[in-house]
Amino acid sequence: MQLARVIGTVVSTVKNEALEGRKLLVVQSLNKNLEPSGKPLVAIDAIGAGVGELVFWCRGKEASFPFKREDTPTDCTIIGIVDSEAHVTNGG
Amino acid sequence: MILAKVVGNVVATQKNQRYENARVMLCQQITPEGEETAYTVLALDSVDSGVGDTVLIVQEGWSASTSATGKPQAAIDSAIVGVVDYVDLLKDE
Repeated sequence: MQLARVIGTVVSTVKNEALEGRKLLVVQSLNKNLEPSGKPLVAIDAIGAGVGELVFWCRGKEASFPFKREDTPTDCTIIGIVDSEAHVTNGG
Repeated sequence: MILAKVVGNVVATQKNQRYENARVMLCQQITPEGEETAYTVLALDSVDSGVGDTVLIVQEGWSASTSATGKPQAAIDSAIVGVVDYVDLLKDE
């Protein structure tokens, strides 16, 4: 799991039917100092996150587990919203 | 999932039998702003995408296999699962 900032949304009309109704968000992963690290990815939202929020996401097959349809094809799912930047404790 | 642009396709006669009837697309990863990156990847198509389309590629074996072939456990690690209409980005303040 990694910390990330939601930086945008993706709109897709033609998509896999298991993705119908899912919110697609662009996330930029962050390092421990909350600075961008790596390239932005597209994630499915499982928690009600929105643009600008600090979140964490899960990779791999496990990313499909939050959905009732476990055949949801995803490798990147937002599974938590961090309360605020002050709630990320870095080295005390 | 990554954003990519479909730049072509690949034809292979001799291939794993689970790839029968599949379309193997040549894709170039792009940034959300639309600039191409150095990463090129082959992905199976599951949504009738074509050259020039911006697409969503899932890079996880189980999801890629089930979306592209309908069944798990094929030797597939990337599949196109959506055609992107547009990307709306948070403006820099």
